[in-house]
Amino acid sequence: MSVVVVSAGLSVPSSTRLLGERLAAAATGQAPSDVRVIELRDLAVDIAHNFTSGFPAPALAEAMDAVTGADGLIVVTPVFSASYSGLFKSFFDVLGVRDREALAGKPVLIAATGGTPRHSLVLEHALRPLFAHLRAVVVPTGVYAASQDWGDKGLDARIERAAGELAALTGALSAASGGTGGGTGGGADGGGAISVTRGGAAGDKFDARNVVPFEEQLAALRSAG
Amino acid sequence: MQFGIFSVGDVTPDPTTGRTPTERERIKAMVAIALKAEEVGLDVFATGEHHNPPFVPSSPTTMLGYIAARTEKLILSTSTTLITTNDPVKIAEDFAMLQHLADGRVDVMMGRGNTGPVYPWFGKDIREGINLAIENYALLHRLWREDVVNWEGKFRTPLQGFTSTPRPLDDVPPFVWHGSIRSPEIAEQAAYYGDGFFHNNIFWPADHTKRMIELYRARYAHYGHGTPEQAIVGLGGQVFMRKNSQDAVREFRPYFDVAPVYGNGPSLEEFTRQTPLTVGSPQQVIEKTLSFRDYAGDYQRQLFLMDHAGLPLKTVLEQLDLLGEEVVPVLRKEFAKDRPADVPDAPTHSSLLAGREVTTV
Repeated sequence: MSVVVVSAGLSVPSSTRLLGERLAAAATGQAPSDVRVIELRDLAVDIAHNFTSGFPAPALAEAMDAVTGADGLIVVTPVFSASYSGLFKSFFDVLGVRDREALAGKPVLIAATGGTPRHSLVLEHALRPLFAHLRAVVVPTGVYAASQDWGDKGLDARIERAAGELAALTGALSAASGGTGGGTGGGADGGGAISVTRGGAAGDKFDARNVVPFEEQLAALRSAG
Repeated sequence: MQFGIFSVGDVTPDPTTGRTPTERERIKAMVAIALKAEEVGLDVFATGEHHNPPFVPSSPTTMLGYIAARTEKLILSTSTTLITTNDPVKIAEDFAMLQHLADGRVDVMMGRGNTGPVYPWFGKDIREGINLAIENYALLHRLWREDVVNWEGKFRTPLQGFTSTPRPLDDVPPFVWHGSIRSPEIAEQAAYYGDGFFHNNIFWPADHTKRMIELYRARYAHYGHGTPEQAIVGLGGQVFMRKNSQDAVREFRPYFDVAPVYGNGPSLEEFTRQTPLTVGSPQQVIEKTLSFRDYAGDYQRQLFLMDHAGLPLKTVLEQLDLLGEEVVPVLRKEFAKDRPADVPDAPTHSSLLAGREVTTV
């Protein structure tokens, strides 16, 4: 099970990154050093350029590929102005423009850090709708850590609970789709079951095997008339 | 292989002087650039089509007709003709008329256009962009090939007993290219008809262009028009040259830094590393352009974007001198090397006419 952490923390060291690493360690049983953490801070300029140029620079493209290819995601943002940070949103904006299916069906654990516990509902009113829109499967328990939580026992329990849910969902969805990296045939989603798109050939619209034949495109117009 | 230039037709202030050309100046400059293209031995001039400022070329066949009268050999084309918002009947008529006036020196590149408000201005819906491209072209294709057309579709008033006039010159429709940056449906459409596929190639990394072209080639073969290697591919390119590469970088940077599309974004150095843009000596342009073959295969048409971002006409004409004298002759020679004999040239009116006579004999 590959889990990738996306952290929008800005300081070094960052409590946002720390929360992401603890969640990943709890979900995978791996040491923090073995978990891939994408620091959006390092990609901030590339993300801004992606908006103006329309394509990602190599480092950003690699990060997007890692996120798209992961079995599960842990996303962590500091709270800015009662919401996720602009940098955090911008990363998922450019990711969605590049591949609107990037997060479809993917288990995502949402987490946030803030200076005060009064912003804890940011998980529910900002992050959860964003990832619902991106058609991710959002883990029921989100984890919010205010400054004071770092000296409090309750945070551990929430981390364990959320991480357990992420691990269970990731395992279940991987099993349902027959493993990672491709799987079910190409073309349109038949509806019904959760569509799991994981960056393999199945979701690739530039793969000749996935093209909707021209006659079908033309016929669809005639029947719609 | 054909070499030429394509123009967006933007009216952009020259960032080094702050001066904005008038629309008349820009239109006349586009004509001067086209005439220069023929003078320096290029094969193709293509104009964009836009219906909003800061662009001037809203009426491509008017401009191309005028250029046709003042040139002898230049192929007149578009980059692109809006197959979505134009009436396909009017496209059929306009380009057939141009064919007659230009003695067949005409082809056309279909595109969808990417400016949201243009669709509603012409009574269309941008969400139907692909479908408009498919249905409108299906009609256009018939109008050029059938003398009397009865037709009914989703987007246009039905036609009963309609004949598009004038008929195409020698009953040979203009060759059609389909341009698209990221829509596999358009590569599929081009492949289905056995038409050409053009990738603008200039604002995006090469690996993306490569995937679109591979898709088109595979589907071209699927539809039985030939091998994947025989599919008709065109690419864009974007260059700024001086004898010394440092001079090119110094002179172009102020234009690059504030240019429409990519200005105020990645640095010139990053952009030249990640996209086909080349700013340097003619030799660097030659090397970069030859490298397109590594990901696109042997192809048929190379168009360069030379007049944009507020570059003054005098500079553009100097660029065309360098392109025609120092770059294209070498490219013609180098691209011909190791080119398989069964890879065709881009179709022209005379080659299509000759091909038809062979098949009807």
